[in-house]
Formats: sequence, structure tokens, C-alpha cells
Amino acid sequence: MTWDDFVLAFFSWQIVSEAWPILWDGLQRTILMSIMVVPLGFLGGTILALLSTVHNPWVRWPAAVWTDVFRALPPLVLLIFLYAGVPFTGLEISAWGAVAIGFFLNTGSYYGEILRAGIESVPRGQQEAARSTGLTRWQTMRWIVLPQAFRNVLPDLISNTLEVVKLTSIASVVALPELLFQARQAQSVTYNATPIVAAAVIYFILLWPMVRVLSRLENKALAGRR
Amino acid sequence: MTNWERFVDSFFNARVAAEYFPKIVEGFWLTIVLAACIIVTGLAAGLGLAVIRAFGLRVVNLLIIFVVDLFRALPPLVIIALLYFGLPAAGLSMDGFVCAWIALAAVLMAFSEEIFWAGITAVPKGQWEAARSTGLGFLQTLGYVVLPQALRMTIPPLTNRTIAITKGTALASVVAVPDILGAANAGVSFSFNPTPLTMGAAAYLVLFLPVVIFGRWVETRFAWKR
Repeated sequence: MTWDDFVLAFFSWQIVSEAWPILWDGLQRTILMSIMVVPLGFLGGTILALLSTVHNPWVRWPAAVWTDVFRALPPLVLLIFLYAGVPFTGLEISAWGAVAIGFFLNTGSYYGEILRAGIESVPRGQQEAARSTGLTRWQTMRWIVLPQAFRNVLPDLISNTLEVVKLTSIASVVALPELLFQARQAQSVTYNATPIVAAAVIYFILLWPMVRVLSRLENKALAGRR
Repeated sequence: MTNWERFVDSFFNARVAAEYFPKIVEGFWLTIVLAACIIVTGLAAGLGLAVIRAFGLRVVNLLIIFVVDLFRALPPLVIIALLYFGLPAAGLSMDGFVCAWIALAAVLMAFSEEIFWAGITAVPKGQWEAARSTGLGFLQTLGYVVLPQALRMTIPPLTNRTIAITKGTALASVVAVPDILGAANAGVSFSFNPTPLTMGAAAYLVLFLPVVIFGRWVETRFAWKR
């Protein structure tokens, strides 16, 4: 294989311009999906983290088991179970529905675990002090504990958000036409690997700034612990 | 059939379960083999890159940072797709197992390099200077003084990251590897019953639930002293 053949097979500008409409379509859906699943997971995580602070063991333990089960199950397994398994009961779930439920369960558990660690990182004395000034339990949570908790685990929250956006690519397996799925379609139509390379480049351009910020934050956190 | 009977017949069908149990067990071992390959090569490569980075060669370090950023930004499934569906265009066809192995090992390499490097830089400069002034060489200082302290610090984040990436082995099913999910998917399409998926999910829980709980224990056991 000559160099020209190689360029033609992987970096053909002509193929990129031909495939661009379909890639753009997929990119929009990837962004839309990210905008949908990140808040959904965050919501689930906040609920789980708050449940883990409840003193009643009948609330706390199921929340802990729930978190561990959905952290142990690979997200793709969960997604396929929802998309290909559940319809056997007669309950049809669309690809979008399966993605929404699957990410809510999986991502929510990850955010929940991070937020729980954040809440635990706020010294107990702060809660006691806040309560003794007359704030209710809920007010203490809302105004004293959560703001500090979020700040303490910010790098982990950003890191998890990056993972979630990357994870949206598994939706291609259940035929949701996001960026990777569309790239594969374009590849099979053009008999050329360029669309997949293009999708990889798009992901990299989109997520690289986030990786840089994260790298900075992590090093800073480490310097503070020295 | 009542709804309940239909549910049991779908997801907990004893006949189907007995038929596909051996396949799931085979997939179970394949998942473990794949995970072991990824962990060993990924961590070794990550540590290797971090050690090379410690030499402080500018051009080499920029290259390492770029490679690390690249594999942190790209979704694993996109890398697998590039290797499995893209590379044959260059005349290089690899088995799905090998593609998943290389892709996930590269991702683990990137993440672990960051963590190892953070650990190395967290060891105070005075330790380097003291060790060098006693007559130890650069590599001796790194091997006997810095790394033992650095590695201890990296255990919690490394454990969690390794677990998260190892769960990505389920992605191998997308490129026709008969791992747990691959075997379960095949079972569903042959039997037209989702019981193999239930078994697959159970198999993942058997495999990863202890690992997730172990990860949580490691986090408290080796926690950073703040």
C-alpha cells in the first residue's frame, strides 16, 4: 500500500465533504443526547446522595445497594437489556427511551457515589453548628453542606461528565443514529474508513478542552494535598 | 398466561437458561481473560510512560501528553471501531478480541499514566535531592525512593479507574467477541427469549459487584490524608 492509498483510505477530504451532512446529523444527536443524559444522571445522583445521608437504615441501605448494582453492571449490558430484553414483556421501548433510562440508572449511580463522598467530606461540626443556629436539616443541606460538597468534588464531577459524554457512543449499538452510528453508516456506503476517522477527530476536538481543564484541576488538587 | 407468568417465562425461563448456561460460562472466562490482558498491559504501559516522562525530555513529554489526552478524549467504542472496521482498509485485519484488548489497554494506559505521573510529582522535591546526594543514580532514586511512595498514593484512583475501564470489556461484544454479553446476545437471537440476557447481567454482577465493593474499601483504606 502506497502512502497515497493510505491517505485516500483514511484521510480523504472528498469523502469527508460527501459524508459531512450525515456526520453533522449524528453530531447534533450526540450533543442533544449529552444535554439530556447529563442532567438526568445528575438528578439521579443527587437523589441517591441525599438518600445516603438519611439516618434510617431502611432508606440508606437500599440506596447503597442500588448504587453498587448499577455501578457493577456495564452500561452497555443495561442498555441492551432495556432495548432488546424488555420488549419481550410486550413493553416497547424506543432507543431514546432505553438510553434515557439506562443512563439515568448507570450515570446516576456514579454521580451519586461522587456526591456522597462530597457530602461526607464536609466536617460534621459544620452541620451541628448550622443546626444550632436554628437552620432546619434541609436548610443546612441546601445552604451549608451541598455548596461545599460540590466544590470539593468538582474535578470528579467534571471527570464523570466527560465519561458520560464519551459513553453516549454506545447508543450506536441500539441503532440510535448518533455520531459513531452515522460514521459507520457513511463508512459502509463509501467503502472508506475516512468517516470513522472523521468521527474520532470530531470527538477529540469536542472533548480535548475538557481533558485539559481536568488535567489542570487534578494536578492542582494533588499539589494542595502535598 | 398472566402477565406474571409471561414475565417469568421471558426472563427466567429454566429451559433456555439450562441450554445457554455453558455458553455464558465460556463468555465469563473470556471476559476475565480479556480484562486480565487489558489490566496487565495497560498498567505496565502507563507506568512505563510515566517513568519516561520523569526524564523531562521536552519533545518526548509533549508527545506523551498528546497521546494521553487523545486516549482520554476518545470514546473506547470509537477506538474499537477504528481498529476493527477502519484498519482493514489498510490491509490490517485483527480479531475482535485483539482490537478490544488494544483499544482498552490504550485507554487504561492513558488514564494510569496521568495517575502515576501525578503520584510521582506529588513526592516532594527534597526527597529527590536527598536521594541523589547520597549517590543514588536517577533511575535508582526513581525506583527505590520516589516510586514506592508515589505508587501508594495512586492506589485508590488507580483501582477505581481500572475497574471502570475493565467494565468496558462488554464493548468487545460489538466486534463479535463471544464474551459474556456476546454470548448472551447470541443466546437471545437463537432462542428468541431474553433469559440469556438475564443470565449475562447476573454474570456481570457476580464478577463486578465484589470488585466495586473492593474498590470502595480500597478508597477508605488508602484514603488521602487531608
